[in-house]
Amino acid sequence: MTSQVSSEAGEALVGEQRSAPATPHHGTEKEVRRLDRVIIRFAGDSGDGMQLTGDRFTSETASFGNDLSTLPNFPAEIRAPAGTLPGVSSFQLHFADHDILTPGDAPNVLVAMNPAALKANIADVPRGGEIIVNTDEFAKRAMAKVGYTTSPGRRVPRRLPGPPVPLTTLTLEALKDFGLSRKEAERSKNMFALGLLSWMYHRPTEATETFLRTKFAKKPQIAEANIVAFRAGWNFGETTEDFAVSYEVAPATRAFPTGTYRNISGNLALSYGLIAASRQADLPLYLGSYPITPASDILHELSKHKNFGVRTFQAEDEIAGIGAALGAAFGGSLAVTTTSGPGVALKSETIGLAVSLELPLLIVDIQRGGPSTGLPTKTEQADLLQAMYGRNGEAPVPVVAPKTPADCFDAALEAARIALTYRTPVFLLSDGYLANGSEPWRIPETESLPDLTTPFATGPNHTLADGTDVFWPYKRDPETLARPWAVPGTPGLEHRIGGIEKQDGTGNISYDPANHEFMVRTRQAKIDNITVPDLEVDDPDGATTLVLGWGSTYGPITAAVRRIRREGGHIAQTHLRHLNPFPNNLGEILGRYDKVVIPEMNLGQLATLIRARYLVDAHSHTQINGMPFKAEQLAAVLKEAIDA
Amino acid sequence: MPEPTESLLQLVPKAEAAQSMKDFKSDQEVRWCPGCGDYAVLAAVQGFMPELGLAKENIVFVSGIGCSSRFPYYMNTYGMHSIHGRAPAIATGLATSRRDLSVWVVTGDGDALSIGGNHLIHALRRNVNLKILLFNNRIYGLTKGQYSPTSELGKITKSTPMGSLDAPFNPVSLALGAEASFVARTVDSDRKHLTEVLRQASQHNGTALVEIYQNCNIFNDGAFEVLKDKDQAQEAVIRLEHGRPIRFGTDNNKGVIRDPATGDLQVVTVTNDNESRILVHDAHAATPTTAFALSRLADPDTLHQTPIGVFRSIDRPVYDTLMAEQLDKAVEQRGKGDLGQLLTGNDTWTVVG
Repeated sequence: MTSQVSSEAGEALVGEQRSAPATPHHGTEKEVRRLDRVIIRFAGDSGDGMQLTGDRFTSETASFGNDLSTLPNFPAEIRAPAGTLPGVSSFQLHFADHDILTPGDAPNVLVAMNPAALKANIADVPRGGEIIVNTDEFAKRAMAKVGYTTSPGRRVPRRLPGPPVPLTTLTLEALKDFGLSRKEAERSKNMFALGLLSWMYHRPTEATETFLRTKFAKKPQIAEANIVAFRAGWNFGETTEDFAVSYEVAPATRAFPTGTYRNISGNLALSYGLIAASRQADLPLYLGSYPITPASDILHELSKHKNFGVRTFQAEDEIAGIGAALGAAFGGSLAVTTTSGPGVALKSETIGLAVSLELPLLIVDIQRGGPSTGLPTKTEQADLLQAMYGRNGEAPVPVVAPKTPADCFDAALEAARIALTYRTPVFLLSDGYLANGSEPWRIPETESLPDLTTPFATGPNHTLADGTDVFWPYKRDPETLARPWAVPGTPGLEHRIGGIEKQDGTGNISYDPANHEFMVRTRQAKIDNITVPDLEVDDPDGATTLVLGWGSTYGPITAAVRRIRREGGHIAQTHLRHLNPFPNNLGEILGRYDKVVIPEMNLGQLATLIRARYLVDAHSHTQINGMPFKAEQLAAVLKEAIDA
Repeated sequence: MPEPTESLLQLVPKAEAAQSMKDFKSDQEVRWCPGCGDYAVLAAVQGFMPELGLAKENIVFVSGIGCSSRFPYYMNTYGMHSIHGRAPAIATGLATSRRDLSVWVVTGDGDALSIGGNHLIHALRRNVNLKILLFNNRIYGLTKGQYSPTSELGKITKSTPMGSLDAPFNPVSLALGAEASFVARTVDSDRKHLTEVLRQASQHNGTALVEIYQNCNIFNDGAFEVLKDKDQAQEAVIRLEHGRPIRFGTDNNKGVIRDPATGDLQVVTVTNDNESRILVHDAHAATPTTAFALSRLADPDTLHQTPIGVFRSIDRPVYDTLMAEQLDKAVEQRGKGDLGQLLTGNDTWTVVG
């Protein structure tokens, strides 16, 4: 992120932030301003608890009824050296009184817990943005550590539009009666900061206090200390003259359809989607997995729900993770393996076996920056071609991608539908941004979830010439081309399957050239003929340029499209959930537009597929910096394409 | 840790009628080389299955890649011929999700100890309820004659014209080191011994590793001849039987004793003086120390003093059982999962129209 880029984006954003005239609050007390939306970024050391602070502020905001979108951003190291740039962890939250689509391009408010956090983030703060720093941490040594030179009387570099807050001192002062060591007491400074921000933005506080009591139930003294620090932060805002103004962002009542809502992250929504799929299919859920960032939280989450009959198996490696899942699929479970790009590479051979065995299996890939180990905690969409083609032989696999954190729930159900209906492995391509980001989710009625029940084979399905009834494991359903799923324990259906080419029908080993050609084409046809819903296009103005996206770019693309339309521009938008097979009407849609722009967080993988398949001269716009697109920049790119 | 006293076989449905060997033969033509030791093992397994008396639809054979891994095609049970080295992982998923199945893994020395070494040791460590038959012919057969991880040092093969450079694995030692709860060794041509080992393995709760010395008459013919040839076998083979003194040799004149100085085992000629010191085989010993020492008696090159039989058979918690117990416990503690409740969580707000 260069300062040039972010200040451009930032100015536009701040300019857009609509502020109502000041209104009096509590008679003659402090001024309260109404805003339609705010972007806050908490930044500190990896050990400062910034993710927790952000999570709590998010929960308060969600329960207040704002629309919101979050962007946690943290290093791969658990505790990088304190006070250094690589150790900076941040959490950005965008909340509004209307529906929003992204975590925001640039923060209106930056909370920086130390010089490193300030240095790493200040360039993103636009002119007029507010910066709150913990001035206690701006001692000469800490500043020198990140290359800030100090000058007497001006200990903080450049402009610093926020009031000075000695967070550490204030926290220690508030906790002086607790008898905690300095180190222990200092740990609560993130709660002081949360209290201050909660005051500034009129956030409800009860849930955070309850949360702290539960989290530290076994250490009531620590719970109380955190609550006192949290309240002290709130009171500090209310009393000190340095903070003259607080802000209100009204609930986004009109943005949401009627219903009960909760805040949910992508990985949590995906985990719930898998449990829901298991219930809707009436099959036990089996997860075979090996820990890998940013997918591990799905393993953690599912391992908590054993009372749903969920079996989680932490395997010795990625290969065993998918191997165990495939074994469970053979036995009649709804089987899943979860991983990220490097894990997919290791699982490739087993995915090929699953293609050959034609068993249902979900492969959840939470994409991260690559190649190799790449950027474990950053997002990217560069596994699309690996999911499509990363196997030996002709081994087609359906690919489904969620578009927002909450959508991971529905995408998991859809991936399960395809796997079970067609007896095939299915890729579910989420990414780090969706996995860790969160947004409000309208909790579905469980009665409204799709029926995923899939009958097992129960008896012979073929009659030989001599009249004998037999079971043929590769005799297909004429509609779906799916083969029967005959699970062990079913009498009379004993059969052997394997990775060697099989004779059509009987499933016996066959090296016959014509049979192989037939089987390769049939496996391909089965995937090509999967029923997926037609694509809908959002095109209110009869545009000539179409923007086509997939996966997590939905938020930034839609936000960019809105900007263009607000300024009077015309652009059509459509977004792919199914990457393989593509929806039937995609070719026709592409043909309707003069120009097609495809933004992706890779070097143009969907664009490659679209060009090859539809011979469309799609314009590929790409970004691979580990971060989601910024709506402002994307809008500029789309505008350029429209005007070209 | 409370140990299940009843056999996990009780979870597998029994056959309704008496079975015969024929019931376990599939309609597929067996395609091993004529004279291959695999035929004998297949016959022994098919012959033993009726005695086990399980519903054959509840039996599954899972294999990897290699000559031996074609085995499932010839068994009239459920079966999966998977990919190289991964059978233990796949079988783990099946066994842990379906405790009503009797799951068998068929693998070879390359499949289990080279490409699949990781999965093998972890299956053993977890003590998943699997019966693993490791066909060891000390050579790569299906790829036509390269040395394997059990080939003797200096082995001349297609890929090692000047002799192999890497020391072999001893599968029994490896399994014991990997915390195996049941480890045995037998020989393809000794139908009676093989069947007895299968019998004990099938009754074992947890992972049973059975190493089967198997002759590849094409690429490594006679590798185990010293153990099969009547004249030599008496001196070469040590038959382990639980509760019996470990003696072998012509007229049973040799025995195994523990060296009091080093604790190691050694072979001695039995005399009146030392007869009382001959080690009595205890397959159920709590520690694997003596079993490991027994596994080191054989000369890796000549195979002289090769113990066969059950080295170790102990009860310890079985992974699948523990997994099932956790599921039951979760239901007991929190009730059966309610999807609506789960999705709603604790922190919601309502939007009214």
